[in-house]
Amino acid sequence: MTATGRRKLLSSLFVGFCAGAVLLALIPLALVLFFVISQGVLSLNLAFFTHMPTPVGEAGGGMANSIVGTLILSGLAALMAVPIGVISGIYMSEYAGSRFAAAVRFAADTLNGVPSIVIGLFAYVVAVLPFKQFSAFAGGFALGLMMIPIIARTTEELLLLVPGTMREGALALGATRARAVFSVVLPAALPGIVTGVVLALARIAGETAPLLFTAFNNRFFSTSLKQPISSLTVQVYTYATGPYEDWHRQAWAGALVLVAIVLVCSLLARLATRRLERMHARG
Amino acid sequence: MPKSKSRSDVAFQIGTGAFGFVLIALVCGIGVILALESLPSIQKFGLGFWRTEIWDPVAGEFGALPFIWGTLYSSVLALLIATPIALGIAIFISELCPAVLRQPLVFVTELLAAIPSIVYGLWGIFVLVPAVRALETSLPDSLRKLPLFSGPPLGLGMLSAALILAIMVIPFISSISREVLKSVPPAQREGAYALGATRFEAIRAAVFYARTGIIGAVMLGFGRALGETMAVTMVIGNNPKVSVSLFAPQYTMAAVVANEFAEAADRLYLSALVEIGLVLFIITLIINSFSRLLIWSMARTEKIVAEPVETEAAA
Repeated sequence: MTATGRRKLLSSLFVGFCAGAVLLALIPLALVLFFVISQGVLSLNLAFFTHMPTPVGEAGGGMANSIVGTLILSGLAALMAVPIGVISGIYMSEYAGSRFAAAVRFAADTLNGVPSIVIGLFAYVVAVLPFKQFSAFAGGFALGLMMIPIIARTTEELLLLVPGTMREGALALGATRARAVFSVVLPAALPGIVTGVVLALARIAGETAPLLFTAFNNRFFSTSLKQPISSLTVQVYTYATGPYEDWHRQAWAGALVLVAIVLVCSLLARLATRRLERMHARG
Repeated sequence: MPKSKSRSDVAFQIGTGAFGFVLIALVCGIGVILALESLPSIQKFGLGFWRTEIWDPVAGEFGALPFIWGTLYSSVLALLIATPIALGIAIFISELCPAVLRQPLVFVTELLAAIPSIVYGLWGIFVLVPAVRALETSLPDSLRKLPLFSGPPLGLGMLSAALILAIMVIPFISSISREVLKSVPPAQREGAYALGATRFEAIRAAVFYARTGIIGAVMLGFGRALGETMAVTMVIGNNPKVSVSLFAPQYTMAAVVANEFAEAADRLYLSALVEIGLVLFIITLIINSFSRLLIWSMARTEKIVAEPVETEAAA
């Protein structure tokens, strides 16, 4: 074989390897989705959303308390993370060049990389230990900690995309910096920020590790913030690692709901960003 | 500029900056609080904690060597599997694939990252572990004698953990590598093509150019793998024994905290678990900072980031 022939062959092999890598990564995705959907559909019914778990050995029942728990925990997290995240995002984009903004950005990236189980430990020491009780509040706090850096960085990036001329226009009309940001720049970026918040919510709704010893779990229906509360993820964990066939079926149904939340949120976000991009392209 | 306006601007800067400070305080707070809580364990065991192999909470013996070993071993194995695949995906999406396929492929890889850890864990227990067990049983006896494959074929163990971790870090490494490759100036590839390079040779030039950023991306994946909790806890077998065998059930730092923390009764036990969390925090902190530094340095030399227009001049 000539040298050129060998080089061409090597090149084709390489292209083949890259395409193969994509296919290889699609296999686990397809398998996970296949099993979650096929197993989940079998035990997913209306009762799953409206009924409480049944005692061991009794078929049927649902995860109504866990679904409500996940909603409460996510709501608490958003309540804490959206203001802190959005405003620190504003700071990072408004004073992008400053050294302190760089420090905030570094802290956001660091916080984002902290393992979720470590976040759980921190939340335990800060929000469980002093009150000597697992609580929904502590769980929401832990999830909020995970949400802050995501929202901060999304807000920063989206604000930087807003054309500088809009800000300059506001300032030229005599607006203060706060006025320019809150009435002109922020509204322009708002649809994107809302999308970011939805994505962040989808991500933390699927978190388990930070809840294990903050929100803990609760077999009963509870909406009290001071009591332990159930969540879909922790309940799926309990069921998956338990010995009963019924539990496993419930776990798959719970997993299907979790995946559906993620899937719907990412699709919505994708559609929203595509619309935003088109708007920007039109200018 | 009227005085009230400049005063309002200063208030705005301090007001928003205070929220930014919350993030810095949180990072420092995590380190300090965990360090304080792990003091009893640090004082009692010192550095020996990390060299001792015996973990027997009932007898009050705490050695964290099996956990740090399990964490590092599973993460390194996962990276060995994930890195070539992730780079292949990044190169395929950014350099090779037709434009129509690009967005869908990006979406699909992002989906892989979005699936919750607990769902991977559930799938791991009921699908991956039996498959791995079948693979382990079908291995010829001659190979089974090697230390790498010793032990009973349980399915639950290091191999399953490494595989599931690999699946979970692939999307991270590939999406960051893709960003890094995007920042390579087209002239690099065009130059290579102009010299008669094949596709492979041109891409090799681009990848070589982006090497710092790609190393950063792989390290960031490493940081993710170290801290991954639920999926690993569910498939690794949770046995605190140091072993090189891929078939042996082992344990990781994140898994031991997840499994035992809620049940840990006495103060020393809790403190030992917090110390494991603290060290996990420090390791991921160092690895993430270093990899961000690499990616930043790469991005800075390539892209002149558009600075927002300085508006002070309006005065």
